[in-house]
Amino acid sequence: MNLRKVSAAAATVLALSLTATACGSDDKDSGSGDGDGNGKKITIGIKFDQPGLGLKTPDGYTGFDVDVATYVAKELGYDEKDITWKETPSADREEALKRGDVDLIAATYSITDERKEKVDFAGPYLLAHQDLLIRADDNIAKGADINGKKLCSVAGSTSAQNVKKSIAPDAQLQERSTYSECLDAVANGTFDALTTDDSILAGYAAQKQYEGKFKLAGLNLSNENYGIGVKKGDTEMLDKVNKALEKMVADKAWEKAVTDNFGPANYKNEPAPKIGDIVK
Amino acid sequence: MFDFLEGYDLLGAFWVTVQLTVFSGIGALVWGTILAAMRVSPVPLMRGFGAAYVNLVRNTPLTVIIVFTSLGLADIFSVTLGAGGDFETQNFRLAVLGLAAYTAAFVCEAVRSGINTVPVGQAEAARAIGLSFTQVLTNIVLPQAFRSVIGPLANVLIALTKNTTVAAAIGVGEAALLMKEMIETEAQLLLIAVIFALGFMLLTLPTGLVLGWFSKRLAVKR
Amino acid sequence: MSSVLYDNPGPAAKRRNLIWSIVFFILLALGLWWVWRVMDDNEQLEWAKWRPFLAGSEAWTTYLLPGLVNTLKAAALAMVIALPLGALFGIGRLSDHLWVRIPAGAVVEFFRAIPVLILMLFANVFYDKFTDISSETRPLYAVVTGLVLYNASVLAEVVRAGILSLPKGQTEAAKAIGLRKGQTMRTILLPQAVTAMLPAIVSQLVVIVKDTALGGVMIGFAELLNSRKTAAAFYASVIPSFVAVAVVFIVLNFALTSLASWLEKRLRQAKKSTGAVVGVDAVGELATPGAQEHPDFPKGDQPPDKPV
Repeated sequence: MNLRKVSAAAATVLALSLTATACGSDDKDSGSGDGDGNGKKITIGIKFDQPGLGLKTPDGYTGFDVDVATYVAKELGYDEKDITWKETPSADREEALKRGDVDLIAATYSITDERKEKVDFAGPYLLAHQDLLIRADDNIAKGADINGKKLCSVAGSTSAQNVKKSIAPDAQLQERSTYSECLDAVANGTFDALTTDDSILAGYAAQKQYEGKFKLAGLNLSNENYGIGVKKGDTEMLDKVNKALEKMVADKAWEKAVTDNFGPANYKNEPAPKIGDIVK
Repeated sequence: MFDFLEGYDLLGAFWVTVQLTVFSGIGALVWGTILAAMRVSPVPLMRGFGAAYVNLVRNTPLTVIIVFTSLGLADIFSVTLGAGGDFETQNFRLAVLGLAAYTAAFVCEAVRSGINTVPVGQAEAARAIGLSFTQVLTNIVLPQAFRSVIGPLANVLIALTKNTTVAAAIGVGEAALLMKEMIETEAQLLLIAVIFALGFMLLTLPTGLVLGWFSKRLAVKR
Repeated sequence: MSSVLYDNPGPAAKRRNLIWSIVFFILLALGLWWVWRVMDDNEQLEWAKWRPFLAGSEAWTTYLLPGLVNTLKAAALAMVIALPLGALFGIGRLSDHLWVRIPAGAVVEFFRAIPVLILMLFANVFYDKFTDISSETRPLYAVVTGLVLYNASVLAEVVRAGILSLPKGQTEAAKAIGLRKGQTMRTILLPQAVTAMLPAIVSQLVVIVKDTALGGVMIGFAELLNSRKTAAAFYASVIPSFVAVAVVFIVLNFALTSLASWLEKRLRQAKKSTGAVVGVDAVGELATPGAQEHPDFPKGDQPPDKPV
C-alpha cells in the first residue's frame, strides 16, 4: 500500500463523511409544524431521564408527561406517530419555545411568575411538592434537619435555590447537571439526600434497579404546579391545550395515566388540579 | 463601561485557574517522572504498566477523566480526598487529581524522550563504575534529561493551563465557569470574551517565554 | 532485554528484578482488589448493569451510537473546515509581505493561547444572540466553531512547519526554472508539504475528537459522553457506562494514533520523496503559543537533497 493510495482513501472518507453530515442535517426543520395535523408533525419537549415522567427507553418514550402530551397532541389532531420528541433541559425550556424549536413543552415544567413573563402556560395538570429522596433506612423529619447534611440537586433548579434561600441554608449542596447523577451517591452514603419534586423522586425510587433502596421523606417543602409551556401570545394554542387537559381529566384518561405511571412508584398524587388554579 | 464586572470575582476565578495549574503541574511532574522511570526500568511488569497507562490516558478525553473523578471516584469509590463534605474543596481536589493523572502521561513521554537524548556513553560510563539502575537514572541520566526537556515540559505546562478550564465540568469555580455565567447573564458578550481571552494570554504567553529562555540557558551544550 | 541504562541481568540482578516484579504485582493486585470490592459493594458489578453494554445492542443503538455519530460529525467538520483555513494562515505567515505576515501571525498566536472551551462558550452564546440557528443544532455549530478557531491556528503552524521542512533545494530549483513565488508554493512546495504533514494532521484529529467531549458537558452537545448520561439514568449503571464510553474513545483514538505513527514511519523511510516529515511529536510544540522555533527542524537537521 503506498502513500498516494492512503491519501486518496483519506480524502474519500472525508468526502463521504461530509455527504453524510449534509444528509443528516436536512430533516431538522420538519418538526416545527404549526397547523392542524392531518399528516403534519408536532414537536414536544420532554425530559429524557426521569422515570415515571419522561424517560427515553430502547422501546420509545414513557412517563406521565409523555402520556399527557400524547393525549393533548391527539386532541390537537396529531397521531402518536406525528409527534417528534425533543429533550428540553431545564435551563433551555423558555428559549426553545421562544425560537419555535418545540411547539409544546411538558417537562416537569413548574408555573412560576418569572417564567410566565417569557412563555404561556396551559394547565396546571399536576400539583407536586418539593421533597427529599433518602435511603430507605434513614429518616428526616423536617426541612431544617438537612442543615449540615450533604445534599444533591440540579444546578439552577428551583429546588436547589429553595434549599439555599429558605429551607436549609447550612446544608452542603452539590449541584449536578441531572438528578439521575445524584442517585448512586445517595445510595452509598456519599450524599444524605436528593431534593426535587416528589413526582420525580417517586419515579427514581420505583426504578427497578433501585428497588427498596430509597424512600421519600414526605415533606411538603413547596408547591410545584406543572403546566404545559406554549409560545408566548399563542392564545389559540393555549385554549386548545387547556380544553384538551380538561377533557383528559373528564374522560378519566388523566386518572389512567396517573395509575400507569405513578402507581408502580407508590406516589400519592394530589387530585387533578383545575385549569388555571395555581396553588402558591 | 466596565460596570457589569461588579459582583463578579474575576481575579478570584483566575486565581483558582492558577492554583489548579500549579498543584496539578507539580502532581503531574512527580507522577510523570515515576511513570517514565517505570517505562525504562529493567522490570518488564513496570514497563508494561507504564506503557499501558500512557496509551490509555493519552487517548481518553480529559473531560471524561474529570467527570469520572466526580461521578465515579467521589460518588462510587467515596474518594473525597479529605475534603470532609465541603463540596467546593472536594471538587477542586478531584479536578487537580484528574488533571495531574492526565498530564502525567504527557510529562512521562517528554521525560522519556529526554532520556533518549542523553548520550549512550554517559550511562555506559556510569555502569562501568558500578552504579545500579536507580543510581544511573537519578544521578546521571535524569539530571541531564530534565535540562533538555524543559522546552517540551513548558509546552505541557501551557497545555495544562488551558486544560484547567475543563474543571468547570464538575463545577470548580475557575475562569471558564465564571465566563459561562457572565456571558449568559450580561449583555457585553464580546467584551467579556476579550477580557477572559486576555487573561489566559497573560497566563500562557509569559510561561512560554520564561521557560523558553530557561531551556536555552540550561541546555546541555554538546 | 537490555538497554543502555542497565546491563544484561546476571543472577543477582535477575533475582532483584523478580522481587521487584512480585512487589509491584502485589501492589497492582491490591489496587485492583480494592476497585473490585468497592464496585461490588455499590452493586456496580451486577450483570444487569453490564449486560446492556456487553450483550445486546439496544443500549448502543438507543443511546451511545447516536452520540458517537455526533462526535464523529463534529470532528470531521472541524477538521475539514480547519485545514484550508490553517493552510491559508500558515502560508500567510511565510509571506514576504509584512502586512500579510504580521496579521496572520497575530491571529495564530491569539487562538493558540486561548483554551478551546472559552471559544466554544463564546460561540454558543454568540449564535444564540445574533443568529437564527435552532437550539438543536446550535451546540454542534458552537463546538465546531470553537474547534475550528483553535485547530486552524495549530494546523497553520503544522503547514508552516511542513513547508519549512522541505529542503531548500526545492525552492532553489523552482526558481532556477523560472517559477514565480505563487507557482513554487502551489506546484512544488504545498504538494510535498501535505504529504510531510499527514502524520501531524492525523495526530491533531485525535485532539479534536477528544475536545468534542467538552462540548457535551459544557454546552449540551449530544455527543458520546453526553449520551452516557441518558443511558446511565435508564440502566442505573454509572461505572459500566463510563467504561463503555472510555473504551470507544480509546479504541478510536488509538487507531488514529497508530495510523499517524505508521504514516510517519513510512514517510521517514520513503525513498522517492525528500524524506521531510512533520512528526507526531512535533504537534505539542506547534500547539504552544509563542513557540517560534521548531526544534524538530533546526537548519542543520534538514534532510539532504537527494539526487533525482
